Amino acid sequence: MSTAEFEDVMDLDIEGVEASTAHPAGPTEMESRDVSVWFGQRKVLEGVNIAFPKNTVTALIGPSGCGKSTFIRTLNRLHELIPGAALAGSVLYEGKDIYDAAVDPVHIRLQIGMVFQKPNPFPSMTIRGNVLSGLKLSGMKRANHDDIVEETLTAAGLWNEVKDRLGNAAGDLSGGQQQRLVIARALAVQPHVLLMDEPCSALDPASTLKIEETIRELSKEVTIIIVTHNMQQAVRVSDYTAFFLSEEGTPGHVVEQGATTEIFGNPQEQRTLDYVNGRFG
Amino acid sequence: MANLAQMELRDLQSAATSHRGDRVFSRTVAGAAFTSLAVLAGIAIFLGLQAIPAFQTQGWAFLTTTGWDINTTPPTVGIFGMLYGSVLLAVIGLVIAVPASLLLAVFMVFLSPPRLAKVLTNLIDLMAAIPSVILGLWAFYILNPTAEEWQVLLNKYLGWIPIFENTSGNFLGTPFIAGFVLAIMMIPIITAVTREVLSRTPPDLINASEALGCSLWTMLRYVALPYGRGGIVGGVMLGLGRALGETIAVFFVLKIVFETNWDKVIESGGGSVATLIVSRFGEVSGPLELQLLLAAGFFLFIMTLVVNVIANLIVSRTGRLQK
Repeated sequence: MSTAEFEDVMDLDIEGVEASTAHPAGPTEMESRDVSVWFGQRKVLEGVNIAFPKNTVTALIGPSGCGKSTFIRTLNRLHELIPGAALAGSVLYEGKDIYDAAVDPVHIRLQIGMVFQKPNPFPSMTIRGNVLSGLKLSGMKRANHDDIVEETLTAAGLWNEVKDRLGNAAGDLSGGQQQRLVIARALAVQPHVLLMDEPCSALDPASTLKIEETIRELSKEVTIIIVTHNMQQAVRVSDYTAFFLSEEGTPGHVVEQGATTEIFGNPQEQRTLDYVNGRFG
Repeated sequence: MANLAQMELRDLQSAATSHRGDRVFSRTVAGAAFTSLAVLAGIAIFLGLQAIPAFQTQGWAFLTTTGWDINTTPPTVGIFGMLYGSVLLAVIGLVIAVPASLLLAVFMVFLSPPRLAKVLTNLIDLMAAIPSVILGLWAFYILNPTAEEWQVLLNKYLGWIPIFENTSGNFLGTPFIAGFVLAIMMIPIITAVTREVLSRTPPDLINASEALGCSLWTMLRYVALPYGRGGIVGGVMLGLGRALGETIAVFFVLKIVFETNWDKVIESGGGSVATLIVSRFGEVSGPLELQLLLAAGFFLFIMTLVVNVIANLIVSRTGRLQK
């Protein structure tokens, strides 16, 4: 496929998406201010400033090793659990710095949920047990567990497939179903933000499509930040896109960010144009 | 389309089609495996045959009475107290060793700096290499007088609990001390297995629980321990097997008393099947007593077998789901 054809395809997709991306850019839910990150002596991210408007989907794109996954882990304070991890700058969530000494990281991680690359349900628990595991692990009290299970599994697009076998082992589900189960698990603690680190990279196309539908649905109520290597996916699901790049051994940084339609349709930077058209990365 | 029955099937599985070297190798391995089974069966049969005459003279009383007086007619001989003692010592050992081993393993896997964990691993493995006769001597000369003071304190403040009663005032050579020595022997085994199992908790699951905002304690409680439960139970049973059969270290500590004192944990006396055998074997009065001792050995063998079967049942049931 020539570059011109490829761009045509991208254009088509973007037009198709525009109708469904009619989220009003509300107030900012999260914001990273001048975030730099180190592992030991090695600086892996420099001066990242991104604002995430409430109830929108933001895609983080960029070649492997540019620090996207590291960045997403700074947003719910998982980064600090790695030995030797350091951070400068601040991350604001609902206007408050989550790295403030008075903030309990456990509380932050409940408000800002996360879905990982590989589906990771708890294999020794049932489907139902997995959905409710966040409540159990964090000691959070919520009434009507049956309703929570149905609501979150419905929101994750899995309810119809598993409603008759909630007592089965989570390990019996397919990879795509497990990933949706994990999304339901993350939703059960009622997060305001959902971080997704390449949630579809281990899944087949049909499951990927289901997860993307789920993401679109969820974004009506939850702010979603998704790392993806799949350009079409970024176009299909996100309202905003930030392009990360780490050049020649320098720390990763944001080259360009803005509305997804702009980043893919009319990027300002040559490097962004090259990347979204698949010329490197 | 032709169905399977009508097709001429090619030979895929028979030995004729496999590589000759593989055939020799698999037969050798199978032979070795069956040899160990045969040895086990041989021991059981030998002990069982030897036990028959003793059992004929004593009947079930051999299992239900307590005493070892060979000179009466018929001899008043029974191993009930010793069987009970074996179990009591093992339980005391487990009560001390299991929590200590679990905490040690959790510390090494999840909390300690990696280099310290390495040092601890080596030290604990070294602990397993101490010959039990050395531990027995240590327990007799060093632990015995020290633990006497602990037991006096236990008796003073918790003496109202039956197991901490002591009516004789003699706190030396107690089941508690013998159990303590057994715990020291079990700790390296249980710790090594538990550490190995916990360190294999999949990082994905640890990530998942971290992202769900859980503490180290809840991660252990709901993720790591359930994941490793089968292995940990297996490790505990390995330790228990060691404790039930341990002879010489217990022999040094306990002065064998042929009584069944259900609750005497910190009072001098007690015994176990293994120590009974070792204490009588050197001075057997005749063929009858030798047969009686072999019969005791047979029941010790049966007891460890039962423990292992129960352990296997527990391990195989751990695959069950948590709701």
